[in-house]
Amino acid sequence: MLSKQTPNKIKALSRVSALVAILFLQLAGVRAYASGGEEEGKFKAGEMIVHHISDAHSVHFFGHVTLPLPCIVKTDKGFDFFMSSVFMDEQHEFTKTYTSASTGNSYVLHHEKIYVVDTAQHAEESHEDVSAMHDTLQVIADSLAVGVPVAAEAHAEEHEEFHGHAVSDFSITKSVFGMLLMLSLVLFLFTRVAKAYEKRKGQAPKGMQNMLEPFVLFIKDEVAIPALGKKRAQKFLPFMLTSFFFIWASNMLGLIPFLGGFNITGTLSITLVLATFVFILTTINGNAHYWGHIVWPPGVPVAIKFILVPIEFLSIFIKPAVLMIRLTANINAGHIIILAFTSLIFIFGEKSVVAGYGVGVFSTLFIVFMFFIELLVAFLQAYVFTLLAALYFGDATQEHHHEEAHH
Amino acid sequence: MDGLLSVSYGTVFWATVAFLVVAFLLKKMAWGPILKSLDERSQGIENALNEAERARQEMSKLQAGNEQLLREARDERDRILVEAKALKDSIVSDARTKATEESTRIIEAARMEIDNQKKAAITELKNQVATLSVDIAEKLTREKLSDSDKQKALNESLIAEIRSN
Repeated sequence: MLSKQTPNKIKALSRVSALVAILFLQLAGVRAYASGGEEEGKFKAGEMIVHHISDAHSVHFFGHVTLPLPCIVKTDKGFDFFMSSVFMDEQHEFTKTYTSASTGNSYVLHHEKIYVVDTAQHAEESHEDVSAMHDTLQVIADSLAVGVPVAAEAHAEEHEEFHGHAVSDFSITKSVFGMLLMLSLVLFLFTRVAKAYEKRKGQAPKGMQNMLEPFVLFIKDEVAIPALGKKRAQKFLPFMLTSFFFIWASNMLGLIPFLGGFNITGTLSITLVLATFVFILTTINGNAHYWGHIVWPPGVPVAIKFILVPIEFLSIFIKPAVLMIRLTANINAGHIIILAFTSLIFIFGEKSVVAGYGVGVFSTLFIVFMFFIELLVAFLQAYVFTLLAALYFGDATQEHHHEEAHH
Repeated sequence: MDGLLSVSYGTVFWATVAFLVVAFLLKKMAWGPILKSLDERSQGIENALNEAERARQEMSKLQAGNEQLLREARDERDRILVEAKALKDSIVSDARTKATEESTRIIEAARMEIDNQKKAAITELKNQVATLSVDIAEKLTREKLSDSDKQKALNESLIAEIRSN
């Protein structure tokens, strides 16, 4: 008994220590990366965290290893294509100005946004435009007592002087790049699995097919069929399987250290797209029964209907919006917690080295714990998104037997 | 937080295009064949299970028939055995009866033969005794007749004897 347990314990210990080692290495990477936020020699945790979970125009691995990504921008002079490496200076910071040969525009990358640097007279105009617009906004904001998002020129205070305006940015950003990677991975894996099904017809599943089949069956038998029934499940299963595996793969990619710290499902633009597909599928597949319940809810007094109808109508939009917010918030929350505990080490380390190491041990253990939780969350959020999408589809395509129960 | 909560149209555009393309390709190349195979397999398994159940029932039916047959055979054997035993018993008892009768008959015959022989022997003995007696009497008489006195006496005794009769 004892002899059987000991190797297991050693195994578990060695695993934990390997994880700790990886994390320490990762922290070194964070430190190198965080140097951007450390210009005045002071570590700014908030900046570092937001920088990490925000979208970017390059994939930074560690140290000076950075993968530049293609930038596609549209201005009134036309499209410009270039790699984000054009902004990179000798210190591997994205500070350079790039002048396009075809359109003559000069671009700068500022806080991961691409701006066109205004020419002298252009600057005047745009400055006026911006200040005019800013004045109007200020009036509205004063009446609402809220802050106004500051225009591009305001950033110049903290950066070197430039006057510019934002462009239509169609760049392949880090999240888009990550999304393409994960979609390709899912496509590659499942076309291979599909081939295996054809090749090994009537035989027991093997290898990759055997590994992925339980998840396909899980989505089919535990999510789609209970929510939609066997017949309607066929229609929505392709979308559900694609979103489930894409979300799961993306969540998992975001958890791998040294792989650029992707935050695909934490990018609002991407979850917005996913939620929009759910909205479109729900809306175009909604049957008379579904719309009937929205525009004229049965079984309630007429007076209540006037309250209920707007709520029901809003719920058409709120339901997919909730999907989007839940996924984005959950994934970002996980990343923020891990980054915050990493930041703790540097915050204490700035005060004293001993405190830094002391907090480091505690933080690292907590981060290990969080990583396990995040592994679970990665799966859970993919599952929850798919499950709720299935429930919405089920709601929209429900047959009339439900109504019969009313009468 | 500006970059976090804002929506980039470029990202939305690429995400939409990429997702649509991959979802379409997956539907055609992956989910379709996979789901079809899974359905076929589950159908196949269901059929196989039904088949097995039917085979099992048939088997049990067959087994019941076999048992019936076996039971009948056993009964038949028992019946034959009983009959054979009865036959044997009757044969043995018949033989015994016959043997007893035969022996009784033989003993009876023997006894009769012995009786006859005994009777014959007795008769013969009687005759012999009679002959001997006559011979003796003759010899005696001859002796007595040779002597008149004695003859006279004899006559008288004989006459006396006859008279007493």
